[in-house]
Amino acid sequence: MARTAIPGRLTWQQATVVETRFDTPQVKSIALTVPGWSGHRAGQHVDVRLTAPDGYQAERSYSIASAPEDGYVVLSVERLDDGEVSPFLVDELRTGDELELRGPVGGYFVWDEPLGGPLFLVAGGSGLAPLRAMMRHHRATRSEVPVRALCSARSLEALLYREELMELAACDPFDISITLTRVQPSAWRGYRRRIDSDLLAEVAWPPADRSLTYICGPTAFVETAAAGLVGLGHDPARIRTERFGGTGVQP
Amino acid sequence: MAVTRGFQGRRSTAESSQLPPGQYLTRDFPVLSAGPTPYTPLESWDFTVRGAVDTPVTWSWEEFRSLPAESFTVDIHCVTKWSKLDTSWRGVSVDALLGAASPRAEYVTAFCDGGYTTNLPVADLRGGQAWVVFEYDGNPLPPVHGGPARLLVPHLYFWKSAKWVRGLEIRADDEPGFWEMYGYHNYGDPWREQRYQGD
Repeated sequence: MARTAIPGRLTWQQATVVETRFDTPQVKSIALTVPGWSGHRAGQHVDVRLTAPDGYQAERSYSIASAPEDGYVVLSVERLDDGEVSPFLVDELRTGDELELRGPVGGYFVWDEPLGGPLFLVAGGSGLAPLRAMMRHHRATRSEVPVRALCSARSLEALLYREELMELAACDPFDISITLTRVQPSAWRGYRRRIDSDLLAEVAWPPADRSLTYICGPTAFVETAAAGLVGLGHDPARIRTERFGGTGVQP
Repeated sequence: MAVTRGFQGRRSTAESSQLPPGQYLTRDFPVLSAGPTPYTPLESWDFTVRGAVDTPVTWSWEEFRSLPAESFTVDIHCVTKWSKLDTSWRGVSVDALLGAASPRAEYVTAFCDGGYTTNLPVADLRGGQAWVVFEYDGNPLPPVHGGPARLLVPHLYFWKSAKWVRGLEIRADDEPGFWEMYGYHNYGDPWREQRYQGD
């Protein structure tokens, strides 16, 4: 396991919102410029800090949804209705606003070319954000590592980066499968159920291919996907996971 | 300190005063793991104290469970910013485990099913500050939270409380563990907000 040195202390940096866009009714992507940003690896996250007029502060961690090559740091934030920070970021924050960032953080749930493949990316709901960073990085670097991705969402409206996924699906090294677990358009030709062992067996690489797998989503989703792949014979050491939320609903 | 336009925040309750800097309170129990959850059958589970010790010791599950156990309630603080107050556990004090082996050096690498490791000073595992726990909230510790047994060192960030722990290796040198190698702080004191290297 290679040692990844982060030189010096990670300091808080001022970031400015350059664009916001609703990806779904619940998720907004926020593009930020960060002067002097040191760059990041696809899959890393940042800490965000907000400060109220009386000095009160709140911090949260968010995955970076953009590739290192993108120029902006993009965070895709899901509105948690009882949340303190996410409703502000989704509903209040607008172009020109400033907030503080610290990062990038994390060196394990990352992918770049030297890590190879074939890649299997499994996303539940807004867990697609760091995997989208990996796919964008893959394209930006013209990697030839073959990629299979499985994205689970409750409905087409709840699927992040829809157009981008369609574009990727048309590219040669990408094979993208989508399952809509609650509501499907009438002519839907993708999967229509929560992930299970059979679905994983159809979509994943055969275990003999020794794929490198990244799974991100709510805990129950990640548990199902990771345990399912191990059950199919995939090497647990080749499966990297990132989970968010507590007892949240399964997409 | 730059004010964020429009942000008021939710200055919550009296409980907030119990939170280390930068943490927020959660009522559920988030799960963070770097890989799949291992499922080790109890008959092949054991716990070992080895390395720079007078007497390496290994306990089977049955032997481990026959050691004196204690119930206790502590607050836990995850480096990803959530804290959970008044969590109830039952487990064996690490004092008892170290006492049986007699360490001859100052550092520990906790090792786990699934390959996870974390490093701590021996001193932080002594003096009633650390346990190997097998019950959470009155029930067997679920695999997703580190069952059958996890290390619990509540005065440090929760990544030091290694899930699926299988033993402690006593070492003369302080070898960084899994997250410590990926840029997280070597010690991880939440009250000094030692999240990342250099903090």
